[in-house]
Amino acid sequence: MLDRATQAETLAKDVVTRPVRFRGAGFVPASSRFGGWVALALVIAMWQIAGSARLVNPLFLPAPSAIARAIYELAISGALWQHLSASLLRIGIGWLVGTAAGVAVGFAIGLSRLARSVGITFISALFPIPKIALLPLLILWLGIGEEPKIATIALGVFFSTAISVYSGVDAVPRNLIRMAQSFNVPFATIVRKVIWPGALPSILAGFRITASVALLLVVSAEMIGAQFGIGAFVLQAGNLMQTDQLLAGVVILSVFGLAVGKVINWLETRLLHWR
Amino acid sequence: MDLIANHITHRFGELAVLDDVSFTVSAGEVVAIVGPSGCGKSTLLSILGGLLLPSSGAAELRGAPPADSLNPLTFVFQDFALLPWATVEENVEFALLHTQLSPAQRRAQVGDALRRTGLTDFRTAYPKQLSGGMRQRVGISRALAVRPAILLMDEPLSALDSQTRELLMEDFVGLLADGGMGAVYVTHNLEEAARLADRIVVLSRRPGRIREVVTIPMTRAERGEPAAREKLLMLQNQIWSLIRNEAIDAEREVQHA
Repeated sequence: MLDRATQAETLAKDVVTRPVRFRGAGFVPASSRFGGWVALALVIAMWQIAGSARLVNPLFLPAPSAIARAIYELAISGALWQHLSASLLRIGIGWLVGTAAGVAVGFAIGLSRLARSVGITFISALFPIPKIALLPLLILWLGIGEEPKIATIALGVFFSTAISVYSGVDAVPRNLIRMAQSFNVPFATIVRKVIWPGALPSILAGFRITASVALLLVVSAEMIGAQFGIGAFVLQAGNLMQTDQLLAGVVILSVFGLAVGKVINWLETRLLHWR
Repeated sequence: MDLIANHITHRFGELAVLDDVSFTVSAGEVVAIVGPSGCGKSTLLSILGGLLLPSSGAAELRGAPPADSLNPLTFVFQDFALLPWATVEENVEFALLHTQLSPAQRRAQVGDALRRTGLTDFRTAYPKQLSGGMRQRVGISRALAVRPAILLMDEPLSALDSQTRELLMEDFVGLLADGGMGAVYVTHNLEEAARLADRIVVLSRRPGRIREVVTIPMTRAERGEPAAREKLLMLQNQIWSLIRNEAIDAEREVQHA
Protein backbone atom coordinates (compact mmCIF):
# COMPACT_ATOMS: atom_id res chain seq x y z
CA MET A 1 0.00 0.00 0.00
CA LEU A 2 2.76 2.37 0.98
CA ASP A 3 4.57 1.61 -2.25
CA ARG A 4 1.48 2.37 -4.27
CA ALA A 5 0.99 5.68 -2.41
CA THR A 6 4.61 6.68 -2.95
CA GLN A 7 4.30 5.75 -6.61
CA ALA A 8 1.15 7.86 -6.97
CA GLU A 9 2.86 10.82 -5.28
CA THR A 10 5.83 10.56 -7.62
CA LEU A 11 3.54 10.43 -10.62
CA ALA A 12 1.58 13.42 -9.31
CA LYS A 13 4.75 15.50 -9.05
CA ASP A 14 5.41 14.98 -12.77
CA VAL A 15 1.94 16.11 -13.88
CA VAL A 16 1.04 19.80 -13.95
CA THR A 17 -1.97 20.60 -11.77
CA ARG A 18 -4.65 23.05 -12.77
CA PRO A 19 -7.63 24.46 -10.83
CA VAL A 20 -11.13 23.19 -11.54
CA ARG A 21 -12.76 25.78 -13.77
CA PHE A 22 -15.52 27.73 -11.95
CA ARG A 23 -18.77 27.26 -13.84
CA GLY A 24 -21.29 28.59 -11.35
CA ALA A 25 -21.22 32.29 -12.25
CA GLY A 26 -24.22 34.35 -13.32
CA PHE A 27 -27.99 33.95 -13.05
CA VAL A 28 -27.99 35.66 -9.64
CA PRO A 29 -28.94 39.25 -10.52
CA ALA A 30 -28.35 41.55 -7.57
CA SER A 31 -29.02 45.27 -7.84
CA SER A 32 -26.48 47.63 -6.37
CA ARG A 33 -27.79 50.18 -3.90
CA PHE A 34 -26.75 53.30 -5.76
CA GLY A 35 -26.51 51.96 -9.32
CA GLY A 36 -30.02 53.06 -10.29
CA TRP A 37 -29.57 56.57 -8.88
CA VAL A 38 -26.21 56.99 -10.60
CA ALA A 39 -27.73 55.89 -13.94
CA LEU A 40 -30.66 58.30 -13.46
CA ALA A 41 -28.30 61.15 -12.60
CA LEU A 42 -26.22 60.37 -15.70
CA VAL A 43 -29.28 60.42 -17.99
CA ILE A 44 -30.46 63.73 -16.48
CA ALA A 45 -26.95 65.20 -16.83
CA MET A 46 -26.75 64.16 -20.50
CA TRP A 47 -30.24 65.53 -21.08
CA GLN A 48 -29.22 68.82 -19.44
CA ILE A 49 -26.03 69.03 -21.52
CA ALA A 50 -27.98 68.34 -24.70
CA GLY A 51 -30.52 71.03 -23.73
CA SER A 52 -27.89 73.63 -22.77
CA ALA A 53 -25.94 73.00 -25.97
CA ARG A 54 -29.16 73.47 -27.97
CA LEU A 55 -28.77 69.98 -29.45
CA VAL A 56 -32.54 69.49 -28.96
CA ASN A 57 -35.28 72.01 -29.50
CA PRO A 58 -36.51 73.12 -26.01
CA LEU A 59 -40.03 73.36 -27.38
CA PHE A 60 -40.05 69.57 -27.90
CA LEU A 61 -37.85 68.57 -25.00
CA PRO A 62 -37.06 71.26 -22.41
CA ALA A 63 -33.95 70.76 -20.28
CA PRO A 64 -34.29 69.36 -16.74
CA SER A 65 -33.37 72.78 -15.31
CA ALA A 66 -36.31 74.35 -17.19
CA ILE A 67 -38.64 71.67 -15.81
CA ALA A 68 -37.30 72.25 -12.29
CA ARG A 69 -37.86 75.98 -12.74
CA ALA A 70 -41.42 75.35 -13.94
CA ILE A 71 -42.11 73.21 -10.86
CA TYR A 72 -40.66 75.90 -8.60
CA GLU A 73 -42.81 78.60 -10.22
CA LEU A 74 -45.89 76.39 -9.96
CA ALA A 75 -45.16 75.86 -6.27
CA ILE A 76 -44.59 79.59 -5.63
CA SER A 77 -47.75 80.61 -7.45
CA GLY A 78 -49.86 78.10 -5.54
CA ALA A 79 -51.10 76.46 -8.76
CA LEU A 80 -49.20 73.27 -7.95
CA TRP A 81 -51.13 72.75 -4.68
CA GLN A 82 -54.40 73.63 -6.36
CA HIS A 83 -53.94 70.98 -9.02
CA LEU A 84 -52.25 68.47 -6.76
CA SER A 85 -54.87 68.73 -4.00
CA ALA A 86 -57.69 68.25 -6.52
CA SER A 87 -56.03 65.10 -7.89
CA LEU A 88 -55.13 63.76 -4.46
CA LEU A 89 -58.68 64.21 -3.20
CA ARG A 90 -60.09 62.30 -6.19
CA ILE A 91 -57.49 59.54 -5.92
CA GLY A 92 -57.87 59.30 -2.15
CA ILE A 93 -61.65 59.00 -2.10
CA GLY A 94 -61.83 56.84 -5.25
CA TRP A 95 -59.10 54.49 -4.03
CA LEU A 96 -60.60 54.14 -0.56
CA VAL A 97 -64.12 53.45 -1.86
CA GLY A 98 -62.85 51.01 -4.51
CA THR A 99 -60.53 49.27 -2.05
CA ALA A 100 -63.18 48.91 0.67
CA ALA A 101 -65.67 47.43 -1.80
CA GLY A 102 -62.99 45.27 -3.45
CA VAL A 103 -61.78 43.84 -0.12
CA ALA A 104 -65.38 43.07 0.96
CA VAL A 105 -66.31 41.43 -2.36
CA GLY A 106 -62.94 39.66 -2.62
CA PHE A 107 -63.37 38.10 0.83
CA ALA A 108 -66.96 37.13 0.03
CA ILE A 109 -65.81 35.40 -3.17
CA GLY A 110 -62.94 33.74 -1.33
CA LEU A 111 -65.14 32.44 1.48
CA SER A 112 -68.62 31.82 0.10
CA ARG A 113 -69.62 29.38 -2.61
CA LEU A 114 -72.63 31.50 -3.67
CA ALA A 115 -70.61 34.73 -3.80
CA ARG A 116 -67.89 32.93 -5.78
CA SER A 117 -70.30 31.56 -8.38
CA VAL A 118 -71.95 34.94 -8.92
CA GLY A 119 -68.99 37.23 -8.28
CA ILE A 120 -66.39 35.61 -10.52
CA THR A 121 -68.81 35.66 -13.48
CA PHE A 122 -69.44 39.39 -13.08
CA ILE A 123 -65.81 40.23 -12.42
CA SER A 124 -64.64 38.23 -15.44
CA ALA A 125 -67.16 40.04 -17.62
CA LEU A 126 -66.55 43.56 -16.32
CA PHE A 127 -62.85 43.57 -15.42
CA PRO A 128 -61.54 43.83 -19.02
CA ILE A 129 -63.61 46.97 -19.78
CA PRO A 130 -61.34 50.06 -19.77
CA LYS A 131 -62.99 51.98 -16.96
CA ILE A 132 -62.30 55.35 -18.54
CA ALA A 133 -64.73 54.33 -21.30
CA LEU A 134 -67.46 54.40 -18.67
CA LEU A 135 -66.77 58.03 -17.70
CA PRO A 136 -69.30 59.53 -20.17
CA LEU A 137 -71.95 57.16 -18.85
CA LEU A 138 -71.02 58.01 -15.27
CA ILE A 139 -71.25 61.74 -16.11
CA LEU A 140 -74.79 61.07 -17.41
CA TRP A 141 -75.69 59.23 -14.23
CA LEU A 142 -73.87 61.37 -11.65
CA GLY A 143 -73.54 64.83 -13.26
CA ILE A 144 -70.46 66.84 -14.21
CA GLY A 145 -68.97 67.29 -10.70
CA GLU A 146 -66.41 65.23 -8.85
CA GLU A 147 -68.60 62.13 -8.54
CA PRO A 148 -68.06 60.59 -12.01
CA LYS A 149 -64.27 61.01 -11.75
CA ILE A 150 -64.18 59.46 -8.30
CA ALA A 151 -66.53 56.67 -9.44
CA THR A 152 -64.26 55.90 -12.42
CA ILE A 153 -61.26 55.57 -10.10
CA ALA A 154 -63.26 53.51 -7.60
CA LEU A 155 -64.41 51.14 -10.35
CA GLY A 156 -60.87 50.67 -11.65
CA VAL A 157 -59.55 50.02 -8.15
CA PHE A 158 -62.46 47.78 -7.16
CA PHE A 159 -61.93 45.06 -9.77
CA SER A 160 -58.16 44.73 -9.29
CA THR A 161 -58.59 44.73 -5.51
CA ALA A 162 -61.36 42.11 -5.56
CA ILE A 163 -59.23 39.84 -7.77
CA SER A 164 -56.11 40.21 -5.64
CA VAL A 165 -58.09 39.63 -2.43
CA TYR A 166 -59.84 36.46 -3.52
CA SER A 167 -56.63 35.16 -5.10
CA GLY A 168 -54.93 35.85 -1.77
CA VAL A 169 -57.68 34.07 0.16
CA ASP A 170 -57.42 31.10 -2.22
CA ALA A 171 -53.65 31.02 -1.69
CA VAL A 172 -53.87 30.69 2.11
CA PRO A 173 -52.54 27.18 2.82
CA ARG A 174 -55.50 24.89 3.52
CA ASN A 175 -53.50 23.05 6.16
CA LEU A 176 -53.55 26.20 8.32
CA ILE A 177 -57.33 26.42 8.04
CA ARG A 178 -57.69 22.70 8.86
CA MET A 179 -55.35 23.22 11.82
CA ALA A 180 -57.54 26.04 13.12
CA GLN A 181 -60.68 23.95 12.62
CA SER A 182 -59.07 21.06 14.47
CA PHE A 183 -58.82 23.35 17.51
CA ASN A 184 -62.50 24.36 17.12
CA VAL A 185 -61.49 27.96 16.32
CA PRO A 186 -64.65 29.87 15.27
CA PHE A 187 -65.12 30.99 11.66
CA ALA A 188 -64.66 34.72 12.40
CA THR A 189 -61.40 34.06 14.25
CA ILE A 190 -60.12 31.88 11.40
CA VAL A 191 -60.86 34.74 8.99
CA ARG A 192 -59.19 37.31 11.25
CA LYS A 193 -56.21 35.30 12.45
CA VAL A 194 -55.48 32.93 9.57
CA ILE A 195 -57.04 34.07 6.31
CA TRP A 196 -56.48 37.82 6.62
CA PRO A 197 -52.74 37.62 7.43
CA GLY A 198 -52.32 34.78 4.94
CA ALA A 199 -53.93 36.81 2.16
CA LEU A 200 -52.13 40.04 3.09
CA PRO A 201 -49.13 39.58 0.75
CA SER A 202 -51.48 39.29 -2.21
CA ILE A 203 -53.64 42.17 -0.95
CA LEU A 204 -50.63 44.48 -0.61
CA ALA A 205 -49.40 43.45 -4.07
CA GLY A 206 -52.89 44.40 -5.26
CA PHE A 207 -52.55 47.82 -3.56
CA ARG A 208 -49.42 48.44 -5.59
CA ILE A 209 -51.35 47.77 -8.80
CA THR A 210 -54.45 49.71 -7.76
CA ALA A 211 -52.38 52.76 -6.81
CA SER A 212 -51.06 52.84 -10.39
CA VAL A 213 -54.56 52.23 -11.78
CA ALA A 214 -55.90 55.12 -9.67
CA LEU A 215 -53.15 57.44 -10.91
CA LEU A 216 -53.79 56.46 -14.52
CA LEU A 217 -57.54 56.95 -14.19
CA VAL A 218 -57.36 60.28 -12.35
CA VAL A 219 -55.15 61.74 -15.09
CA SER A 220 -57.40 60.34 -17.83
CA ALA A 221 -60.59 61.53 -16.13
CA GLU A 222 -59.14 65.00 -15.50
CA MET A 223 -58.09 65.24 -19.13
CA ILE A 224 -61.65 64.53 -20.21
CA GLY A 225 -63.45 66.93 -17.95
CA ALA A 226 -61.85 68.92 -15.14
CA GLN A 227 -60.70 72.45 -14.49
CA PHE A 228 -58.17 71.51 -11.81
CA GLY A 229 -56.00 68.46 -11.31
CA ILE A 230 -52.64 67.28 -12.62
CA GLY A 231 -54.29 65.65 -15.65
CA ALA A 232 -56.12 68.87 -16.55
CA PHE A 233 -52.91 70.84 -16.00
CA VAL A 234 -50.86 68.56 -18.27
CA LEU A 235 -53.50 68.70 -21.01
CA GLN A 236 -53.75 72.49 -20.76
CA ALA A 237 -49.96 72.88 -20.90
CA GLY A 238 -49.85 70.61 -23.96
CA ASN A 239 -52.52 72.64 -25.71
CA LEU A 240 -50.52 75.82 -25.06
CA MET A 241 -47.23 74.17 -26.14
CA GLN A 242 -45.82 74.86 -22.64
CA THR A 243 -43.74 71.71 -22.67
CA ASP A 244 -41.73 72.67 -19.56
CA GLN A 245 -45.00 72.86 -17.61
CA LEU A 246 -46.28 69.70 -19.27
CA LEU A 247 -43.18 67.80 -18.19
CA ALA A 248 -43.38 69.42 -14.76
CA GLY A 249 -46.80 67.75 -14.43
CA VAL A 250 -45.33 64.44 -15.62
CA VAL A 251 -42.52 64.70 -13.06
CA ILE A 252 -45.03 65.41 -10.30
CA LEU A 253 -47.01 62.30 -11.33
CA SER A 254 -43.83 60.26 -11.32
CA VAL A 255 -42.88 61.52 -7.84
CA PHE A 256 -46.40 60.76 -6.64
CA GLY A 257 -46.14 57.20 -8.02
CA LEU A 258 -42.76 56.75 -6.36
CA ALA A 259 -44.10 58.05 -3.04
CA VAL A 260 -47.02 55.61 -3.15
CA GLY A 261 -44.58 52.79 -3.94
CA LYS A 262 -42.48 53.79 -0.91
CA VAL A 263 -45.57 53.81 1.33
CA ILE A 264 -46.47 50.30 0.15
CA ASN A 265 -42.88 49.14 0.68
CA TRP A 266 -43.07 50.50 4.21
CA LEU A 267 -46.40 48.74 4.78
CA GLU A 268 -44.93 45.48 3.49
CA THR A 269 -41.92 45.84 5.79
CA ARG A 270 -44.18 46.49 8.77
CA LEU A 271 -46.89 43.95 8.07
CA LEU A 272 -45.00 41.18 6.30
CA HIS A 273 -41.83 41.15 8.41
CA TRP A 274 -42.41 37.45 9.07
CA ARG A 275 -41.68 36.46 5.46
CA MET B 1 -62.49 8.59 26.89
CA ASP B 2 -62.30 6.01 24.09
CA LEU B 3 -62.16 6.79 20.37
CA ILE B 4 -63.94 4.31 18.14
CA ALA B 5 -63.59 3.78 14.40
CA ASN B 6 -66.96 2.21 13.65
CA HIS B 7 -67.08 0.49 10.24
CA ILE B 8 -65.51 3.46 8.48
CA THR B 9 -65.63 3.36 4.69
CA HIS B 10 -64.57 6.25 2.52
CA ARG B 11 -64.46 7.05 -1.18
CA PHE B 12 -63.12 10.09 -3.02
CA GLY B 13 -65.50 10.03 -5.99
CA GLU B 14 -64.87 6.72 -7.74
CA LEU B 15 -61.77 6.00 -5.70
CA ALA B 16 -62.39 3.70 -2.74
CA VAL B 17 -59.91 4.67 -0.01
CA LEU B 18 -61.06 2.90 3.15
CA ASP B 19 -63.19 -0.19 3.50
CA ASP B 20 -64.98 -1.06 6.72
CA VAL B 21 -62.29 -0.09 9.22
CA SER B 22 -63.17 -0.67 12.85
CA PHE B 23 -61.06 -0.46 15.99
CA THR B 24 -61.07 1.24 19.37
CA VAL B 25 -58.46 3.43 20.99
CA SER B 26 -58.94 3.11 24.73
CA ALA B 27 -58.14 5.91 27.16
CA GLY B 28 -54.39 6.35 27.47
CA GLU B 29 -53.65 3.82 24.73
CA VAL B 30 -51.31 4.51 21.80
CA VAL B 31 -52.40 2.93 18.54
CA ALA B 32 -50.17 3.17 15.47
CA ILE B 33 -51.61 2.86 11.98
CA VAL B 34 -49.25 1.53 9.33
CA GLY B 35 -49.74 0.38 5.78
CA PRO B 36 -48.53 0.88 2.21
CA SER B 37 -48.52 4.34 0.59
CA GLY B 38 -51.99 5.52 -0.36
CA CYS B 39 -53.81 3.01 1.85
CA GLY B 40 -55.84 5.77 3.51
CA LYS B 41 -53.96 6.20 6.80
CA SER B 42 -54.13 9.99 6.80
CA THR B 43 -57.71 9.93 5.51
CA LEU B 44 -58.62 7.66 8.42
CA LEU B 45 -56.97 10.07 10.87
CA SER B 46 -58.87 13.03 9.38
CA ILE B 47 -62.12 11.10 9.80
CA LEU B 48 -61.25 10.14 13.38
CA GLY B 49 -60.47 13.80 14.17
CA GLY B 50 -63.67 15.15 12.62
CA LEU B 51 -61.99 16.94 9.72
CA LEU B 52 -63.54 14.66 7.10
CA LEU B 53 -66.95 12.99 6.93
CA PRO B 54 -66.75 9.30 6.02
CA SER B 55 -68.83 7.91 3.17
CA SER B 56 -70.26 5.44 5.67
CA GLY B 57 -69.56 4.41 9.23
CA ALA B 58 -68.57 6.87 11.91
CA ALA B 59 -65.91 8.07 14.32
CA GLU B 60 -67.35 7.92 17.83
CA LEU B 61 -66.33 8.88 21.36
CA ARG B 62 -67.20 6.81 24.41
CA GLY B 63 -67.00 8.28 27.88
CA ALA B 64 -66.29 11.79 29.07
CA PRO B 65 -63.02 13.56 28.27
CA PRO B 66 -60.81 14.71 31.17
CA ALA B 67 -62.33 17.72 32.91
CA ASP B 68 -59.46 20.06 32.02
CA SER B 69 -59.30 19.05 28.35
CA LEU B 70 -60.07 21.96 26.03
CA ASN B 71 -59.84 19.90 22.83
CA PRO B 72 -60.04 16.17 23.52
CA LEU B 73 -58.98 15.16 19.99
CA THR B 74 -55.96 17.21 18.98
CA PHE B 75 -53.88 16.91 15.83
CA VAL B 76 -50.12 17.08 15.43
CA PHE B 77 -49.53 17.67 11.73
CA GLN B 78 -46.87 16.28 9.44
CA ASP B 79 -46.12 19.74 8.01
CA PHE B 80 -46.37 21.39 11.46
CA ALA B 81 -49.16 23.79 10.30
CA LEU B 82 -47.67 26.79 12.09
CA LEU B 83 -48.80 30.34 11.41
CA PRO B 84 -45.70 31.89 9.81
CA TRP B 85 -46.69 35.40 10.92
CA ALA B 86 -46.98 34.41 14.58
CA THR B 87 -44.24 33.84 17.11
CA VAL B 88 -43.79 30.51 18.86
CA GLU B 89 -45.77 31.80 21.82
CA GLU B 90 -48.55 33.19 19.63
CA ASN B 91 -48.75 29.93 17.69
CA VAL B 92 -49.28 27.99 20.88
CA GLU B 93 -51.70 30.57 22.27
CA PHE B 94 -53.70 30.48 19.03
CA ALA B 95 -55.25 27.17 20.10
CA LEU B 96 -56.53 28.82 23.30
CA LEU B 97 -57.72 32.21 22.04
CA HIS B 98 -61.37 31.23 21.67
CA THR B 99 -61.59 29.33 24.95
CA GLN B 100 -63.06 30.59 28.22
CA LEU B 101 -59.60 30.91 29.77
CA SER B 102 -58.62 34.31 31.13
CA PRO B 103 -55.48 35.92 29.63
CA ALA B 104 -53.53 34.98 32.76
CA GLN B 105 -54.69 31.35 32.57
CA ARG B 106 -53.84 31.30 28.86
CA ARG B 107 -50.37 32.62 29.53
CA ALA B 108 -49.83 30.02 32.25
CA GLN B 109 -51.02 27.18 30.02
CA VAL B 110 -48.86 28.38 27.11
CA GLY B 111 -45.86 28.73 29.42
CA ASP B 112 -46.38 25.21 30.74
CA ALA B 113 -46.65 23.74 27.23
CA LEU B 114 -43.53 25.60 26.09
CA ARG B 115 -41.63 24.40 29.14
CA ARG B 116 -42.62 20.77 28.54
CA THR B 117 -41.28 20.95 24.99
CA GLY B 118 -38.15 22.94 25.83
CA LEU B 119 -39.24 26.00 23.89
CA THR B 120 -39.29 28.59 26.66
CA ASP B 121 -36.20 30.35 25.32
CA PHE B 122 -37.66 30.47 21.79
CA ARG B 123 -41.05 31.97 22.66
CA THR B 124 -40.47 35.15 20.62
CA ALA B 125 -38.97 33.40 17.57
CA TYR B 126 -40.85 33.07 14.29
CA PRO B 127 -41.25 29.65 12.63
CA LYS B 128 -38.87 30.58 9.79
CA GLN B 129 -36.13 31.06 12.38
CA LEU B 130 -36.51 27.51 13.71
CA SER B 131 -35.25 24.15 12.50
CA GLY B 132 -37.71 21.48 11.40
CA GLY B 133 -37.46 19.70 14.73
CA MET B 134 -38.11 22.88 16.69
CA ARG B 135 -41.09 23.68 14.48
CA GLN B 136 -42.58 20.30 15.21
CA ARG B 137 -41.94 20.94 18.90
CA VAL B 138 -44.07 24.08 18.52
CA GLY B 139 -46.79 21.92 16.94
CA ILE B 140 -46.56 19.50 19.88
CA SER B 141 -46.53 22.36 22.36
CA ARG B 142 -49.68 23.80 20.78
CA ALA B 143 -51.32 20.39 21.05
CA LEU B 144 -50.32 20.00 24.70
CA ALA B 145 -51.63 23.47 25.57
CA VAL B 146 -55.23 22.32 25.04
CA ARG B 147 -54.71 19.27 27.29
CA PRO B 148 -55.84 16.63 24.80
CA ALA B 149 -57.22 13.23 25.74
CA ILE B 150 -56.02 11.71 22.47
CA LEU B 151 -53.32 13.06 20.18
CA LEU B 152 -53.90 12.43 16.49
CA MET B 153 -50.44 12.40 14.95
CA ASP B 154 -50.14 12.31 11.17
CA GLU B 155 -46.59 11.21 10.38
CA PRO B 156 -45.25 13.87 12.73
CA LEU B 157 -41.60 12.93 12.19
CA SER B 158 -41.55 12.17 8.48
CA ALA B 159 -40.40 15.66 7.44
CA LEU B 160 -37.42 15.55 9.81
CA ASP B 161 -33.88 14.23 9.60
CA SER B 162 -33.03 11.01 11.41
CA GLN B 163 -31.26 12.63 14.39
CA THR B 164 -34.14 15.03 15.01
CA ARG B 165 -36.58 12.14 14.62
CA GLU B 166 -34.74 10.24 17.30
CA LEU B 167 -34.82 13.21 19.68
CA LEU B 168 -38.52 13.84 19.12
CA MET B 169 -39.31 10.15 19.48
CA GLU B 170 -37.72 10.34 22.94
CA ASP B 171 -39.95 13.35 23.64
CA PHE B 172 -43.05 11.43 22.56
CA VAL B 173 -42.10 8.48 24.76
CA GLY B 174 -41.71 10.90 27.67
CA LEU B 175 -45.02 12.68 27.01
CA LEU B 176 -46.96 9.42 26.76
CA ALA B 177 -45.16 7.76 29.66
CA ASP B 178 -47.74 8.40 32.37
CA GLY B 179 -50.61 6.95 30.30
CA GLY B 180 -52.74 10.04 30.86
CA MET B 181 -52.92 10.80 27.16
CA GLY B 182 -53.68 8.41 24.33
CA ALA B 183 -52.63 8.73 20.71
CA VAL B 184 -53.32 7.56 17.21
CA TYR B 185 -49.99 7.60 15.41
CA VAL B 186 -50.01 7.34 11.62
CA THR B 187 -46.62 6.41 10.21
CA HIS B 188 -44.72 4.71 7.42
CA ASN B 189 -41.94 3.97 9.83
CA LEU B 190 -42.32 0.56 11.48
CA GLU B 191 -39.58 1.30 14.01
CA GLU B 192 -41.45 4.37 15.24
CA ALA B 193 -44.65 2.35 15.45
CA ALA B 194 -42.96 -0.43 17.40
CA ARG B 195 -41.29 1.97 19.83
CA LEU B 196 -44.35 4.05 20.59
CA ALA B 197 -47.53 2.03 20.14
CA ASP B 198 -49.36 -0.34 22.43
CA ARG B 199 -51.05 -1.80 19.36
CA ILE B 200 -50.31 -1.50 15.66
CA VAL B 201 -53.17 -1.53 13.17
CA VAL B 202 -51.86 -2.80 9.83
CA LEU B 203 -53.88 -1.64 6.83
CA SER B 204 -53.92 -3.31 3.43
CA ARG B 205 -53.27 -1.35 0.24
CA ARG B 206 -56.09 0.80 -1.13
CA PRO B 207 -58.89 0.49 -0.27
CA GLY B 208 -57.45 0.19 3.24
CA ARG B 209 -58.83 -2.68 5.28
CA ILE B 210 -57.49 -3.91 8.59
CA ARG B 211 -55.11 -6.79 7.81
CA GLU B 212 -53.93 -7.37 11.30
CA VAL B 213 -53.74 -5.76 14.71
CA VAL B 214 -50.40 -6.43 16.39
CA THR B 215 -50.09 -5.96 20.15
CA ILE B 216 -46.64 -4.99 21.45
CA PRO B 217 -46.05 -7.29 24.40
CA MET B 218 -44.01 -4.91 26.55
CA THR B 219 -44.26 -1.49 28.14
CA ARG B 220 -42.72 1.55 26.47
CA ALA B 221 -40.20 1.79 29.29
CA GLU B 222 -39.07 -1.80 28.65
CA ARG B 223 -38.55 -1.07 24.96
CA GLY B 224 -35.56 1.12 25.72
CA GLU B 225 -33.66 -1.84 27.20
CA PRO B 226 -31.14 -3.73 25.05
CA ALA B 227 -32.90 -7.07 25.60
CA ALA B 228 -36.08 -5.73 24.04
CA ARG B 229 -34.40 -4.65 20.80
CA GLU B 230 -34.33 -8.10 19.24
CA LYS B 231 -37.97 -8.69 20.10
CA LEU B 232 -38.99 -5.36 18.60
CA LEU B 233 -36.97 -6.06 15.47
CA MET B 234 -38.76 -9.38 15.08
CA LEU B 235 -42.09 -7.60 15.40
CA GLN B 236 -41.08 -5.05 12.79
CA ASN B 237 -40.03 -7.85 10.44
CA GLN B 238 -43.33 -9.59 11.06
CA ILE B 239 -45.26 -6.41 10.15
CA TRP B 240 -43.01 -5.72 7.20
CA SER B 241 -43.66 -9.20 5.83
CA LEU B 242 -47.37 -8.41 6.03
CA ILE B 243 -47.12 -5.26 3.95
CA ARG B 244 -43.99 -5.72 1.84
CA ASN B 245 -45.61 -7.05 -1.32
CA GLU B 246 -48.44 -4.56 -1.10
CA ALA B 247 -45.97 -1.73 -0.52
CA ILE B 248 -44.18 -2.75 -3.74
CA ASP B 249 -47.51 -2.85 -5.62
CA ALA B 250 -48.52 0.50 -4.13
CA GLU B 251 -45.21 2.06 -5.17
CA ARG B 252 -45.63 0.82 -8.74
CA GLU B 253 -49.18 2.13 -8.74
CA VAL B 254 -47.96 5.56 -7.68
CA GLN B 255 -45.25 5.54 -10.35
CA HIS B 256 -47.79 4.66 -13.04
CA ALA B 257 -50.34 7.21 -11.85
